[in-house]
Amino acid sequence: MQTDIKRRVFLKGSVASGAVAAAVGAGLLTPQMVLAEWNKAAFESKTVEDAVKNLGLEGGEESADINIKAPDIAENGAVVPVTVDVSMDGVENIAFIVKENPSPLVATFSMGEGGVPFARTNIKMGKTSDVIAMVTAGGKTYMAKKEVKVTIGGCGG
Amino acid sequence: MSSMKVKAKEKDGIVEVKALIKHPMETGQRKDKKTGKPIPAHFVQQVIVEHGGKTRVSADWSGGVSKNPLLFVKFKGGAKGEMVKVSWTDNQGGSDSAEEAIS
Amino acid sequence: MNKLIITVATVAAISLAPAMANKKATETTPDEDLKAYQDYFLKRFNNEVPLNDFQNGVYAVDKVSRENWEAIEEFPPYEPFIDEGEEMWNTPFANGKSYKDCFPDGPALRGKYPYWDADRKMVMTLPLALNECREANGEKPLKYKKGPIASLLAYIGYESRGQVTNVTVPEGDADALAAYDAGKNFYFARRGQLNFSCAHCHFESSGMNVRSDVLSPALGHTTGWPVYRSKWGELGTLHRRFDGCNRQVRAKAFPAQGEEYRNLEYFLTHMSNGIEYNGPSARK
Repeated sequence: MQTDIKRRVFLKGSVASGAVAAAVGAGLLTPQMVLAEWNKAAFESKTVEDAVKNLGLEGGEESADINIKAPDIAENGAVVPVTVDVSMDGVENIAFIVKENPSPLVATFSMGEGGVPFARTNIKMGKTSDVIAMVTAGGKTYMAKKEVKVTIGGCGG
Repeated sequence: MSSMKVKAKEKDGIVEVKALIKHPMETGQRKDKKTGKPIPAHFVQQVIVEHGGKTRVSADWSGGVSKNPLLFVKFKGGAKGEMVKVSWTDNQGGSDSAEEAIS
Repeated sequence: MNKLIITVATVAAISLAPAMANKKATETTPDEDLKAYQDYFLKRFNNEVPLNDFQNGVYAVDKVSRENWEAIEEFPPYEPFIDEGEEMWNTPFANGKSYKDCFPDGPALRGKYPYWDADRKMVMTLPLALNECREANGEKPLKYKKGPIASLLAYIGYESRGQVTNVTVPEGDADALAAYDAGKNFYFARRGQLNFSCAHCHFESSGMNVRSDVLSPALGHTTGWPVYRSKWGELGTLHRRFDGCNRQVRAKAFPAQGEEYRNLEYFLTHMSNGIEYNGPSARK
């Protein structure tokens, strides 16, 4: 029963913060799950710095434990396959940031119970840019980056 | 037929969940070629992967994720035959979900 | 600069394409053309690409784009459309009949098309046959370039994977040969403001760059349809691509499933005889 309520409130998507706060207060939502609010400020930030700040992150120590797999040259900037794989313990979140995009923050992935710090999706890139992975683990922030070249096609591309 | 195709496979104790979602993922930046008017933003904002009554992984997206987006995530603690549910919501109030047994 | 697996052979091979075009259509038979065409491409890529690999187009010859393609194929974007097509195939028409009544041999149909219909004196293609089935059963025909027809073709393509291209031009049938030749002439004729023929890009410049795009070889061009192009964000049919290619050289496009493109498809598919069908497929 309690699980169902947790699910229902979460699945509503953009839940008004009042309802979420009340649910947290009533013990129906654990703080970890209060990621229900889509972080508009972060996703609409126009620079990497603002996006990172609006995600509530500080620092970003480069780490070799974060592996970014993406093509060196993207065949089509509209569909660039990116995989981030982290070999650290206690990973809470992984953020995909494209430095040269008009809105650099593209995606965040949050680990729930049993979640493995691995995420793959296809992203849009407007031009050649660093693809940055920011990872929070054990309360600290780490990062890695990889340059992906985006070229202009010639054949109606 | 839902808007999603979900695959869940267990390998060495880790469940790999792949979902393909049919969705335009409009950023709101594009203009309609014929009318010149901006095409409104319409993109999946959140995707959650549930199993055993728990949210295993959740994703928050912007229009910067490609059209007909793919999600590939993993979690520990699932066994073959158990159900995985993937649900999404978008910025226009749309949503959908699909369940798949772990193979 | 070119990150090709294969460096492109030059000189002797290139002379073949103009030779094929300059000869009057009746001087070479379809069988002779087939051999010349396939030998051209096998040599052009230094005999390092087996015939069947040409079914993967540019990905058979370019390492950089192949890496992108392999990542995308891990969860192919056309899969949901195969399911849609399957549902369409299994859903009865309003009159209770279904595609199975028109095509009792089942959905693995790709290998039968295109073929020369001697009675009707025309090239019959799969999308045309599907729409004729619909119309014969009181259903509206589907549009030919994208949408539901593409999903249906994706299902049929998937079920037909592995069938081998085998288009024949019946001996002694002058009309069939004329259709084949019309397709061949179309292929080698210059058109549009850019004044290119299909062969300019896909024979002589295949494996080479147009800005950052590598041009795919003509051999194998017909096996992977329908195609989910990242650019389209959806599936499209072969005739959709003909349309696009013609527009790209600023030439007038012809109607999808009209005579010009059906004859072109007849010629083009014949040239890939021996290569397995592998639709639906993904491209940039």
